[in-house]
Amino acid sequence: MITTKKNEKMNKISELSLPCYKKLYLIRRSEKKIIAHYFEDQMKTPMHMSMGAEAIAVGICQALESNDQVFGTYRSHALFLAKTEDTDDFFAEMYGKQTASLKGRGGSMHLCSPDYGFMGTSAIVSSVIPVAVGAAFANKQANNDKIVAVFFGDGAVEEGVFWESLNLASLMKLPILFVCEDNGLAVHTPKSQRRGYKSIIDVVSNFNCLTYEEKTTDVEVIHQLASKAIDRIKTEMLPCFLRLRYFRYLEHVGVNQDFDAMYRSKDKFEQWLKADPIGLQRKKLKDLGMEEDEITDIEMDIDSKIDSSIAKAKEADFSGISELYKGVLA
Amino acid sequence: MRKITYCQALNEAIIQEMERDPAVFAYGIGVPDHKRVFGSTNGLLEKFGSERCFDTPLSEDAMTGFGLGAAINGARPIHIHMRVDFLLLAMNQLANMVSSCKYMSGGKLKAPLVIRAVIGRGWGQAFQHSKTMHCCFAHIPGLKVVMPTTPADAKGLLISAIRDDNPVIVIEHRWLYYAVDEVPEGDYSVPIGQPNILLPGSDITIVATSWMNVEALRAAKIMKERHSVSVEVVDARSAAPLEDAIIVDSVNKTEHCIIADNDWIHCGFSAEIAARIAEKCFGKLKSPVNRLGFAFTPCPCTRALENLFYPNATDIIRAMEEKLHLEETDLSGENFYTYENKFKGPF
Repeated sequence: MITTKKNEKMNKISELSLPCYKKLYLIRRSEKKIIAHYFEDQMKTPMHMSMGAEAIAVGICQALESNDQVFGTYRSHALFLAKTEDTDDFFAEMYGKQTASLKGRGGSMHLCSPDYGFMGTSAIVSSVIPVAVGAAFANKQANNDKIVAVFFGDGAVEEGVFWESLNLASLMKLPILFVCEDNGLAVHTPKSQRRGYKSIIDVVSNFNCLTYEEKTTDVEVIHQLASKAIDRIKTEMLPCFLRLRYFRYLEHVGVNQDFDAMYRSKDKFEQWLKADPIGLQRKKLKDLGMEEDEITDIEMDIDSKIDSSIAKAKEADFSGISELYKGVLA
Repeated sequence: MRKITYCQALNEAIIQEMERDPAVFAYGIGVPDHKRVFGSTNGLLEKFGSERCFDTPLSEDAMTGFGLGAAINGARPIHIHMRVDFLLLAMNQLANMVSSCKYMSGGKLKAPLVIRAVIGRGWGQAFQHSKTMHCCFAHIPGLKVVMPTTPADAKGLLISAIRDDNPVIVIEHRWLYYAVDEVPEGDYSVPIGQPNILLPGSDITIVATSWMNVEALRAAKIMKERHSVSVEVVDARSAAPLEDAIIVDSVNKTEHCIIADNDWIHCGFSAEIAARIAEKCFGKLKSPVNRLGFAFTPCPCTRALENLFYPNATDIIRAMEEKLHLEETDLSGENFYTYENKFKGPF
């Protein structure tokens, strides 16, 4: 009996808890490294940091199959790393070097890696949502069982094209997961200045669309919710809208905190920080019986992977004139 | 060779391409309704079913992004707009998403999306049903823009657009839908980017777009009869890309050029052509390049003002006479095109 319980714990560690933690740690440490190196002024790209939101991207990507497709926004460091784990490509693009798959065309705001199913991002709020809906349509036509997940902030639901896209996906019953990462802010504008509705979930529920909402930093809770949502998308043949709340740790753009600007309170941040998604998941691993040394070894491996990617990115060359004109047209 | 209308030629191109390639589908507001986009989508619903020919919500913006998303996942969508003016609701998708898709994916994604957009004119279309906008689309890297004038080009350019791995906007003038001419029955394509000499001549070049070619051909006929002037009419056919060799060769030969664009002049496509002629034919020009286009106003509704808004064959004749120092010929007995007196062709 004891052995069975131990096996169960081991299975949980290897199947979910540890893979989730590795991704959470990878994302958090990658962004910490961005902060550490940003002052050198070699990463010349406007950084919109994911810090605080990691559990959403990781929980959902962990629930997706590797060939499922995701679309994101200008704030997609977490999503990119959760889907691809490709730190070489990530840092090469942050440094704008020719070793990146985009060769420095995109930068922090325009990550794209279709080979991993990371289909693209947009810095124009909401603009990627209808594209994701079209991708889901093509998947449905091809009957390939793929799910599309499209990530956007709460500001995106104020754009007309969000409603056009939701209506369309609901009308055509498309296999798509709408993921609203709700931090209550559009740049610096609070929800009280922007929302003329009482509950977004109530509004979306009036479409032929499944809905869920959750306020948690627990990656496994988000994973479970996403798994349930994906299962229902497939069996009920309807789209699903998730509203997941989080606290944006840093300023809108840049690598600093900006509580001195007074548009939001530091107290709230400190409350959220107590349940920081990375710390929470690390504690879970220990509760499941992992030793401190074991965890530290894993973390060190991830740290050295990140350091190696940064070193390679710094050494690499920039793209030349031949790259400028490549790929405008097929 | 058999003769069919421009509208039938468009229809034939879509049907043949949908038969050839199951990835092609057609959609847009009213596409399968009883009017079938002026008849250009006749038979699609019956032949290919509602999965490959469907109506949409009134959401031009989302439906354009939708087309892009389907295209990057292997489909070849044809999105159809009954007026190009409606496509402006999707300008964000065109300028920020569709045009940059390939570039921003490091060449990994392609967007074989066709957007058909009709230009309206006459019977009170006014200022929101009559624009052309080709210069705005052509200004953006990553978009191709064609504007067929003849039925044969309508079919051949639409087939090229459907087979192209890039987004292509096809701009179709409503009045040209009635034009009848020889169109090959089988499968053929017209290369995107190349102008076409509609009428060979030796004394003066008229570069025209879309409907203005019809006005230019009429003007050329009268110039031949009244002044013995041999006019070469070059249909630009494509706004982006634009390979200008045919235009440059023509102007180097005739040494005079007037551009008649189906659009406003200011910051328009005619300015692009004029600049290229200035760069490449400078020493050969015997007169400055002139441009004709819409009056620089929103298009008015009432007929009396609308007639003043649009340039026509008479304006082209007068511009040529002035350029070549000829006396104005009396045009009072001539019968010009109107929407009551439809242009039937052949070209």
